[in-house]
Amino acid sequence: MAATVRKPGLSPIMSARLKSFALVLPLALVLLVFVVVPLAVVLAVSVFRYDNFEVIPAFTFENYQSVLSSHLTLSLYLTMLKLAAMTWICTLLIGYSVAAFLVFHVRSRLVAIGLFLLCTVPFWTSNVIRMISWLPLLGKQGVINQALMASGLIQEPLQFLLFSDFSVVVSYVHLFTIFMIVPIFNAMSRIDRSLFEAAHDAGAARWQTVLWVVLPLTKSGIVLGSIFVVTLVMGDFYVVKVMSGGTDASVVSAMYDDISTLLFPHAAASAAVLMIILTAMVAAILRLVDVRKELVSGR
Amino acid sequence: MTDDQTPKPSASPTRRALLRGAAAAVGAAAGSGAITGFPTIWAQEIKDITLRHIGVSYSVVQAIGDQAAKDLGFKVSMQNLDTSTAITRFITQPTSVDIPDLEGWQSKVAVARGILQGIDVKKIKEFDNILPIFTKGEYDGKKVSRQGISPYEAMYIDSKDSTKIVEGVHDWMTFLPQVYNADSIGYRPDLVGDPITQWKMLLDPKFKGKSAILDVPNIGIMDAALALESRGDIVYKNKGNMTRAEIDVTINALIDAKKKGQFRATWTTFEQSVELMAAGEVTVQSMWSPAVTAVLAKGIPCTYAPVNVRPDGKEGYRGWCNGMGLMRHLSGKKLDAAYEYLNWYYGGWQGAFVARHGYYSPVPSTAEKFMSANEYAYWYSGKPATDVIKDPYGAPIAKAGSVRDGGSLVERFTNISCWNTVMDENQYMIQRWNEFKSA
Repeated sequence: MAATVRKPGLSPIMSARLKSFALVLPLALVLLVFVVVPLAVVLAVSVFRYDNFEVIPAFTFENYQSVLSSHLTLSLYLTMLKLAAMTWICTLLIGYSVAAFLVFHVRSRLVAIGLFLLCTVPFWTSNVIRMISWLPLLGKQGVINQALMASGLIQEPLQFLLFSDFSVVVSYVHLFTIFMIVPIFNAMSRIDRSLFEAAHDAGAARWQTVLWVVLPLTKSGIVLGSIFVVTLVMGDFYVVKVMSGGTDASVVSAMYDDISTLLFPHAAASAAVLMIILTAMVAAILRLVDVRKELVSGR
Repeated sequence: MTDDQTPKPSASPTRRALLRGAAAAVGAAAGSGAITGFPTIWAQEIKDITLRHIGVSYSVVQAIGDQAAKDLGFKVSMQNLDTSTAITRFITQPTSVDIPDLEGWQSKVAVARGILQGIDVKKIKEFDNILPIFTKGEYDGKKVSRQGISPYEAMYIDSKDSTKIVEGVHDWMTFLPQVYNADSIGYRPDLVGDPITQWKMLLDPKFKGKSAILDVPNIGIMDAALALESRGDIVYKNKGNMTRAEIDVTINALIDAKKKGQFRATWTTFEQSVELMAAGEVTVQSMWSPAVTAVLAKGIPCTYAPVNVRPDGKEGYRGWCNGMGLMRHLSGKKLDAAYEYLNWYYGGWQGAFVARHGYYSPVPSTAEKFMSANEYAYWYSGKPATDVIKDPYGAPIAKAGSVRDGGSLVERFTNISCWNTVMDENQYMIQRWNEFKSA
């Protein structure tokens, strides 16, 4: 590239290139300052020594050794993977159905978009409020238990409704389904309707159309939604804490406990490990579907 | 905060008197003949000072700061952070704080990092009236427990800028005790039956699925330890500084109890503990005194279990104390104002305020002046109330004739078993605690 950089009259190609550099620059700078630099700091701290009082800038791998050799790490990741899997299945089923309804069953485009916006209304309140609103519903003396007891279906309140994996997943689904709906909605909207007629003409049953036409064409939406949901769950700590009634620990809550007594390097090493694992997971998901190809070309 | 902080000679008692006068009214201060100098200008100058007092919500209270500002004539900005965020802030951005709210262990960390300056005991007017729990490590003729980090243990340094805490009484304090209490367990007398006076009830199968423990690892583990000692599983050398083996025994017992379905939940914030109790999710749990008050204020019965130390050494309260430090960057007028602020806390108004939700002031003698005889007798002396007792915001919480759970201040603080702390094996403990959580 250096060869073409001559002083005054830039060639058209070069100026185009410059333009794209200029366009990319602001985002690159933002990413540099707000992503790369903090990340570098975390990575640096993760190899520091520390004692009860101080972080000592001396190189060591002990923090990683301690994180990776502890079976706590394994059990935390297994817990979170389990929650992520349950949440993923629920959000996928619900998100897919909602999106399909909006795109294929609502005739008027305007109404569909209106309903779509309606889906986002609950998200105008804070995550915390939406999560905590489940407590009076699911509690021992909550609405559901009271209703069930009053109707004589149960004698003792159902304990599993609150402070359990169940309540955690319910909250996640409530909080994160929108992240599934949006990309799937988007992918479905771009399907050419004449494909359905073609499928019908070719003798495909309804479920066959869904399986062989709609599903392959909405892969990118599913993948994007899945990435959102999985990473959000894996990185969560507050929902687990509140909705499990503190009876579950998450990967991030363990970091929080480290930080609470100033064990920064250990927490930084955990953070680095989480990042690597999440990156690997996202990379694996992306290998299944080439999102870029689906989004950019092909249409 | 780089206003003209030219070093000034240290504040004299007259200047302090002046400040107080200035707070009331500039004119009044000017009129008080005993003072030389330029009172009007002084009042003008302090008016622009803002002290930033930062720490946990149960210690750094807006209503108290507002009253201090009103009385003192300068601004006080209160900011609440949780314990860990607070200490992180003090360490990483020391100049963004003036008065850090500190517990013993935080004070140890802060002193070692050199972010504090010593508090000159000569400038603390009520120093001699501070209860000896804090200044000498004894009370009512008895030595106060040294398990964990007692306030006395983290109290003194031997020079203003020292970074090493020393044993014994010295002229420089690391933090000025402000509010403290003895924690135990709370329970719902309407749902529990017999009164509870032992920590082992947290683990009693009778309360399977109805018990909760505090999930702040470094103090939750001590509640667990008290319960295990109470049940006779183990005798600790120092619950506040366990060995790895002791930590293992404790955590394994917790995991065992959890697997049997003992714990309905764990809680981290005051509000959570109130909700758990008020909603009937749990009937017995580790609890803090104002949380019990808050449940009572909702009209729901709740008792704070008296857990006096038994002859065999079992039971006892877990004590804690939050105090105020002086950040090292304070100097000049701002430092003078900070000393005024510290002294104000011992003036009695704050002591009366915190007493009404069950906490104590280190200087009860001044707090007494701001409380009715009925209130003081109820909260401090453990006597039956002669009239309705109200919380700091005016909600009635106890009827005439009722007695405070756990008795008088003396009774509680001669029954402390251990103090809030961070152990030497902290990291190992936190890791194991998380194993309990994820079990």
